[in-house]
Amino acid sequence: MIQEPPPTVPTGDLAELVACPQCDLLHHVGNVSEDASSRCKRCGTVLFAPRTGAIERLVALALGALVLMVVAVSFPFLQMSASGFSSKASVFDTISAFTGGLMAPLSLATAAFIILLPVLRLCALIYAVGPLLFGRPPVPGAATSFRLASRLKPWSMAEIFMIGVAVALVKMMGMASIGFGTAFWAFGFLVILVTAMDAMMCERTIWRLLAKR
Amino acid sequence: MAVARKEVTGLTARAAGLVGCLHCGSVWPKDTSRCGLCGSALTSRRNASLQHVWAWWWAGAIFYIPANLYPMLRTSLFGQESSSTILGGVLELVKHGSWFVAFVVFFASIMIPVGKFIAIAYLATVIRRGGAIDSHSLHKLHEVVEFIGRWSMIDVFVVAVLSALVHLAFVVNIDPGVAAICFALSVVFTMLSALSFDPRIIYDVAEVRE
Repeated sequence: MIQEPPPTVPTGDLAELVACPQCDLLHHVGNVSEDASSRCKRCGTVLFAPRTGAIERLVALALGALVLMVVAVSFPFLQMSASGFSSKASVFDTISAFTGGLMAPLSLATAAFIILLPVLRLCALIYAVGPLLFGRPPVPGAATSFRLASRLKPWSMAEIFMIGVAVALVKMMGMASIGFGTAFWAFGFLVILVTAMDAMMCERTIWRLLAKR
Repeated sequence: MAVARKEVTGLTARAAGLVGCLHCGSVWPKDTSRCGLCGSALTSRRNASLQHVWAWWWAGAIFYIPANLYPMLRTSLFGQESSSTILGGVLELVKHGSWFVAFVVFFASIMIPVGKFIAIAYLATVIRRGGAIDSHSLHKLHEVVEFIGRWSMIDVFVVAVLSALVHLAFVVNIDPGVAAICFALSVVFTMLSALSFDPRIIYDVAEVRE
């Protein structure tokens, strides 16, 4: 990729405008105030939701989630036992469940959905937004990484995986007793942190912050 | 500034000879090809939007058929092999009295995908035909479809967890079936279908009418 110019807001009068990404209606950003979210007049899409301390919380939650992800992949996840036999599975085992022939690509996709993409997304977020915490100008490539993070959002499925785990547990209840490992709890907390992070993150506000300095 | 404010009220970026960024919302002169703020490609409207929507829709629909016909899970209990499809898995849960979980799986694996096929086809057809539409409900429909689509992946993860964990010598073994991969592909394709839809065209149709 060619070197990307640093993020800039449009010049002149255009800097004062924002187009609703859902319905294209133009709005004035001059009156977007601190701690008040603004919505599109026509379709109600949230345009800006700036909150004081949002960047601090965003980075804190992302870092926390990243640490939990390390725990989640390095400790045992679940174990089951029945009739004197027992078996254990880590998150990695879950991924490699689809091995052999046709199922290999599914293994890769599962790995991507529950570990690789979420980790990549968290790292990209921290890299792009972290320096803002210390009043530094955005690092080179900040725009690229924040853009990457926003594109990855629908494809990081840690929370969906946890619901899948819950369903799987119900299916197994009849045939075996189940033990929960450290990784299980770590993954559960990770889902909570990521959900909280997504709920408070306003992409468009962050874009403006990335360009301001 | 008050005058300028009045001027832009009720005006779309396209009508003003500008182009808005789908990601960061910043506004640029019409012929700008890349957003200076976030670096996304800029288009006033994604012209081929509906073609892309239909292409991914068909890909998703085609894979959804084998996903339902072939087994999702192959279970061997004391050497006795059995396999269950998506619907079979739901019925099994009902049989065990796990109504709530049966409902979750039924909702995620059958209601969401089927509802999504219908919703996207409806959106694309209504938009193409033009005429009287209720933009606000169509927009809401698209938002719901885009938000909920990824949750269909639940069943794929259920299969992954079961086949990773349930391997107890000769007692019980669970392995994934071919349907798992078909279903995962179907979900990914329908997600791409919903993502290729440009919501701005919903409001264009309404404007043309006015």
